[in-house]
Amino acid sequence: MPTFAQPAAAPPGATAGRRVPTRRNTELALLLFGFVVTALLSAAAQAALINTVRVDCLVLPVLVLMLGLVAHVVIRIFAPYADPVLLPLATLINGVGVVFIHRVDVPTETDSDYHKFASIGATDGLGIQQVMWTGLAVIFCCALIIVIRDHRTLARYAYTFGLAGIVLVAIPAVLPGSMSEVNGAKVWIRLPFFAIQPGELAKLALFVFFAYYLVRKREVLSLASKRVLGIALPRPRDLGPVIVVWIMSVLILVFEKDLGSSLLFLGTFVVMLYIATERKSWLVIGFVLFAFGAFAAYSLGTWLGPFRNFHDRVDIWLNPMSDPLNTTYQLSRSLISLGVGGLFGAGPGAGDPTSVPLARSDFIIATIGEELGMFGLAAILLLYLLITLRGVKAGTVVRDPFGKLLAGGLAFSMSIQVFVIVGGVTDLIPLTGLTTPFLSYGGSSLVANWILIGLLIRISNDARRPSPAGTAGGPSGPPPQLQSAATEVIKL
Amino acid sequence: MNPTLRRSSLVIFVMFLALLGNLTRVQFIQAKSYAENPANPRILKDAYSTPRGAIMVGRDPIAYSKDTGGELRYQRFYPKGAEYSPITGYMSQVYGSTGVERYENSVLNGTDDILFTQKLSDTITGKKTAGANVLLTINAKAQDAAWNALKGRKGAAVAVDPKTGKILAMATSPSFDPNPLASHQTKTVTDAWNSYDPSSGSGPMANRALGGGGPWPPGSTMKVVVSAAALENGYDPSTSIPAGRSYQPEDGGQEIHNDVDSICPQDQVTMLVALRDSCNTGFAKLGVKLGAQTVVSKAEAFGLNKAMTIPMLGQDQGLPVAKSVTGDPKGASQVAQSSIGQFNVAETPFQEAMIAGAVANDGTEMQPYLVQEIQGSDYSTLRTAQEQKFGHPISSDTAGKLREMMNAVVSDGTGRRAQIPGIEVGGKTGTAEHGDGAPEHGWFMGYARDNGDPKVAVGVFLESAGEGGSADATQIGGDIMKAVLGK
Repeated sequence: MPTFAQPAAAPPGATAGRRVPTRRNTELALLLFGFVVTALLSAAAQAALINTVRVDCLVLPVLVLMLGLVAHVVIRIFAPYADPVLLPLATLINGVGVVFIHRVDVPTETDSDYHKFASIGATDGLGIQQVMWTGLAVIFCCALIIVIRDHRTLARYAYTFGLAGIVLVAIPAVLPGSMSEVNGAKVWIRLPFFAIQPGELAKLALFVFFAYYLVRKREVLSLASKRVLGIALPRPRDLGPVIVVWIMSVLILVFEKDLGSSLLFLGTFVVMLYIATERKSWLVIGFVLFAFGAFAAYSLGTWLGPFRNFHDRVDIWLNPMSDPLNTTYQLSRSLISLGVGGLFGAGPGAGDPTSVPLARSDFIIATIGEELGMFGLAAILLLYLLITLRGVKAGTVVRDPFGKLLAGGLAFSMSIQVFVIVGGVTDLIPLTGLTTPFLSYGGSSLVANWILIGLLIRISNDARRPSPAGTAGGPSGPPPQLQSAATEVIKL
Repeated sequence: MNPTLRRSSLVIFVMFLALLGNLTRVQFIQAKSYAENPANPRILKDAYSTPRGAIMVGRDPIAYSKDTGGELRYQRFYPKGAEYSPITGYMSQVYGSTGVERYENSVLNGTDDILFTQKLSDTITGKKTAGANVLLTINAKAQDAAWNALKGRKGAAVAVDPKTGKILAMATSPSFDPNPLASHQTKTVTDAWNSYDPSSGSGPMANRALGGGGPWPPGSTMKVVVSAAALENGYDPSTSIPAGRSYQPEDGGQEIHNDVDSICPQDQVTMLVALRDSCNTGFAKLGVKLGAQTVVSKAEAFGLNKAMTIPMLGQDQGLPVAKSVTGDPKGASQVAQSSIGQFNVAETPFQEAMIAGAVANDGTEMQPYLVQEIQGSDYSTLRTAQEQKFGHPISSDTAGKLREMMNAVVSDGTGRRAQIPGIEVGGKTGTAEHGDGAPEHGWFMGYARDNGDPKVAVGVFLESAGEGGSADATQIGGDIMKAVLGK
């Protein structure tokens, strides 16, 4: 933490009378910088697509900027000490996503319907739709920051969240396929006018529950029974929760064919378990369970229906170019796009996203990789890495264990989600259908990820906020009653 | 919890390093192999993004591009399908291309330098240059006649203009419909491809006219070449040559008989009669007398033993034709067999038409060609083919004597079915054995002259046609020649 918020790290009481900078102007400046990047991308794409740059290329970037500014104002008022980097990072990635989604709407010259859409307006197509979803997501984010003044309030409803999470995850599995299945993954709730992916919200609810539960149980879970190969193993009777989450992951894999969410839940839970208990053995156990599960699922997949999907995906992963017209169609198209993009990319608007399936959602990384090249993708990955590290940082600085674990878990879940989807699209790991945070087209994902950013902002505000009056929380409101339950008091 | 929190960022770093490392592999180390993978749709889309030029016969396109509004914008259509597929070839996104589609590709797709000025102006206006059209030498009536006559049989026919070398007809049966191969639905393409039995070499995709699946022993049509060699070595149509019911070569081997005993049972017949009645013993003995060297070199003068292509217009490469061969006969028995078109002699219908054409054209053999003109997308002529001499295998005098003999074949001999009233028609039939018990191949080579003006020469081949094969081939040859002459 050497670079971050020294005042906040100072012992309570010592900061009395010393002004802690809120860094809100830094946030504003970074927001504007992100807008410039987004606007340049939009202008470059328009220049390449229709050989001219019109003022309307600024419409979408300006709308995204305005949403960022709304959140900025809310943060200024309700979370003035929040990390100034989180909001600009999310807004920038979101803006890049909007620009590329709109870009995919504009057919390239080689497309048959090119002439029909050559003059597609800024507010035609799915780009503007994505801006509306972003607006909804930012409203949720702001509401969270306004309503939840102290993240510890969440711990009060931990079991409610846990139950809600499981119900949300399970709904698509019990719904008939016609109401829940899209492109092979049974992760939707399809209603007459819209569809949501409940798993996106479920993950947040479950992480809140994990944080609460693990903080409560961490003393017990860190008890060692015996050492094997230098690793202290937990007592067998404490394996219960891990087994439960593992089984849940397997059930998601089997009944929803959703390897991505399965990995996301299990991975995040295991890492949170490790953070909470400070026992490496949990990482090892988690990895062994995962490896066993994956191997078993692959082996069973050769003859057992529910695992067939996973088995096929592994085969495609191993030989992505073996059957480019049928089974490996999606991944081979993605890899070809990335290969065509090379180091520097074809340039915004100069690629051929219509040749990539699901170019706005699952494979938006391939679309961006073709046009911005390896360096462009690497830059976007670094933005995600930065979000994660700022989240971890907030966790290390915030004082209460629930906040620490929640911040760590949320930050890590963002990373693992990026790893699973980007790794899948680039053939590092078997491809699964997770959304790319802030980039992919779709409301459920945007709302969930903006809520995640809202939580990190809320926690980071608590982390940096000066606490002049000693132990009992900050000046911005009375400490909730529950505080005692979620702090070190439970050590007893 | 802070130490483990911080250590968990190590896991995060590892994940991102793995992603970046893998990205380096995909977008740098292996980028080229992905980008150049044949499955890359950009390569195809580029090829299908502009209308490809049409392949024309007269004023009718036999291959053209139509805007489908699909992902691959232009699709290829072949209105005459299988009749012309041995000429047009196919153009498939899965299996590449053949025929004129392949060998005139740069002209058809608009990238050829022949379109330089067009490309220059298109660059300024920002358009993609449309493909140029290719006008063929084919005579639609002759092609129809050949195609209709061959329908339901196995064989091929080629007709050329002896004076210029223009290919007037080139038909093969069985043939294939190239339309499904040009489909943008991969399944349609692969299903059609598999139904065409591409691996057999003698399925519908074998272009028999140019020796696909062959070449095949020419049988008695070889006697024309032996006659030419003899006429240039002191013989005349009226020269008597030894014949007889049978001939046992001095070094053993198979005894040679005539098709029926009524053919040249005498000890001596004239050359004219020997050719007219297709006397095997006479020509076997004649070949042996002349010697392998004399006969082979005359055959080579006509084009045998030479790698051959049909030259395209404005292209370095031509449409490949299977090589017709004399084999390498050693000793009387092999020379005798070779002289009646057996042993290792093998020809294509294309080569037969060339030989007949040389005889009709007073000994000058013209290089057959298929592309008459390259036309801009507005049908203006960009380039016209120049006729080329292939060679001068026989003198004008020899050609005249040979015609006297070949005319007799059609007027009074085995080739009567090719007669056309009021027209000088000459030719030679052939029946060739191949393998024990297999039905014989039937052949006909011939020409038609109108008042001394050579109009058309044909080579017709019916594979394993059996009894009556050569008569049918003669009929088909006559029909094609009639179509060319408008009779």
